[in-house]
Amino acid sequence: MLREGRVFKFGDHVNTDEIIPARFLATSDPVELAKYCMEDSRPGFGQREDLEGSILVAGENFGCGSSREHAPISIKAAGIGCVVAKSFARIFLRNAINIGLPIVELARTDEIEEDEFLKIDFDSGELVNTTKERKYLINVYPDFLQQIIRHGGWLPFATANLTPARVLGQRSGHEA
Amino acid sequence: MNKKTDGQTMTEKIFSAKAGRRVTTGEYLLLDVDVALANDITAPVAIKEFQKFGGREVFDPDRMVFVADHFTPNKDIQSAQQVKLVRDFSQAHGIKNFYDVGRMGIEHVLLPEQGLVKSGDLVVGADSHTCTYGALGAFSTGVGSTDLAGVMFTGKAWFKVPEAIRVELFGNFAPGVSGKDLILHLISLIGVDGANYRAIEFTGPGVAQVSMDSRFTVSNMAIEAGGKAGLFPVDQWTRAYEQERGIEVELMDADADAVYSQTIAIDLSGLEPVVARPYLPSNGEKISVLEKEEIAVDQVVIGSCTNGRMEDLRQAAAVLKGRKLAQGVRCIILPGSQEVSLQAMREGLVEIFINAGCAFSTPTCGPCLGGHMGILADGEVAVSTTNRNFVGRMGHAESSVYLASPMVAAASAVRGIICGPATLGIEQE
Ligand code: SF4
Repeated sequence: MLREGRVFKFGDHVNTDEIIPARFLATSDPVELAKYCMEDSRPGFGQREDLEGSILVAGENFGCGSSREHAPISIKAAGIGCVVAKSFARIFLRNAINIGLPIVELARTDEIEEDEFLKIDFDSGELVNTTKERKYLINVYPDFLQQIIRHGGWLPFATANLTPARVLGQRSGHEA
Repeated sequence: MNKKTDGQTMTEKIFSAKAGRRVTTGEYLLLDVDVALANDITAPVAIKEFQKFGGREVFDPDRMVFVADHFTPNKDIQSAQQVKLVRDFSQAHGIKNFYDVGRMGIEHVLLPEQGLVKSGDLVVGADSHTCTYGALGAFSTGVGSTDLAGVMFTGKAWFKVPEAIRVELFGNFAPGVSGKDLILHLISLIGVDGANYRAIEFTGPGVAQVSMDSRFTVSNMAIEAGGKAGLFPVDQWTRAYEQERGIEVELMDADADAVYSQTIAIDLSGLEPVVARPYLPSNGEKISVLEKEEIAVDQVVIGSCTNGRMEDLRQAAAVLKGRKLAQGVRCIILPGSQEVSLQAMREGLVEIFINAGCAFSTPTCGPCLGGHMGILADGEVAVSTTNRNFVGRMGHAESSVYLASPMVAAASAVRGIICGPATLGIEQE
């Protein structure tokens, strides 16, 4: 898996209220949530036209605060390809993987700046700052976590690969 | 000292046992869980996800536990609909561990009490205080709703083996001091994210002085420091607790040479009652300091998944016995389960509470999360034995909550200001 794109840079302790404020939680529709992504740290961010494939880079403890899954959903639905941070709050990390949003822990995000370009190869475990021509090694996820992300999340992966036939019914569109 | 040791933390031991091989910190694992828990708020979300992805049968109904405890007995039509959804689903899928009104308790009191979780288990729950069962030496942690739906499909969840912080306990509690004071003190030391992504492991000679009920209180609040789990060793006391439930368990403790990210030593005998000021659980302050401020109290809540067990009610009753609440103070007692209610009745505690002027409730989360049964008005002050004192947690955004032990809460109810039992001339065991 490869992610390549332009950097949007944020600071430390970006909390889930900044990522998607509670006043926008009346819906769980990803398209709506995407519009207000990072609204309280950078107003209008979710409405930009150039988010597709971009990479969010941040400091410590990204995604701290509540356990709302809406936060990683809004980032993913906005088209952002990956989040790189020094560290992630635990439940955010879990939720990000569960919904298929790639994330990378990298201690030296201070060396990455807004508008630079990154290339992240999840198979070889290499992150390259192509603007500065600097290379970093990143921890490669074990195979099954990579597969979860490739499948678009934990449930798509689990139902396709781990679920016995008797548990899984016929899937026909949006039956509820 | 570059030599790598062979020692394992409790966390590594439990994950190794579940993985069937030696695992190391930082590894990602896909494992069968022993129990997956959800409540009346989180179960409906997981059930809807399960259905959306075409779920027909639950993988192993016996491993699912659903407890209707937050807005029950149902406070309104919406909450009644939520519980009905869980009730119907449980019936349709043969989930016998659905705990409805009359049988239910607050989930984190109920599961250990009923022997639904045990030492060495791997447990996930769609509730952040699932970490409570660390008191039994189970690795149990809070997750999102997608995880729960995943267990319904596969019986499995994925994990990253966390680093651990070692908390070494020495000495013994002074009279009037309990597990609540220990955990409030620890959180004030390391902060609300001091244990993010790490497990907290309690060890040392002082552990034997911490009762099982106090251990549940301590483990319950590990999440208030961001902890993934709060683990106690499985010792003779744990074994006795499990034996009462017909469960035989192996003793277990971390190895002496296990590698920890941090070690904190706490002398239990040096602790005095601690109260966390609004609006963070890390705002711990010594009772002697707060007493000088003479903070007037409107409401006292004793109970919840943090302090709704027998030891807690006995301690509160010892303070309230033969006394009356201060003029203008309301006190609500929330027993953790039907079993706790019954035992409190047998021991005459309920009579003590009612004679003192308290309301004795059926088990429910109620006011703990600002749900029902004791919501605070504008400007009101509560002393509560619950676990969170965030802005508006128990009601109006301009109300405030002080977190305390059952003894401090009961003493404050009697005097109408925040104070410890010692100010009533009570020397408690
Ligand atoms: S008592 Fe409070 S903290 Fe415990 S499960 Fe209920 S709402 Fe959550």
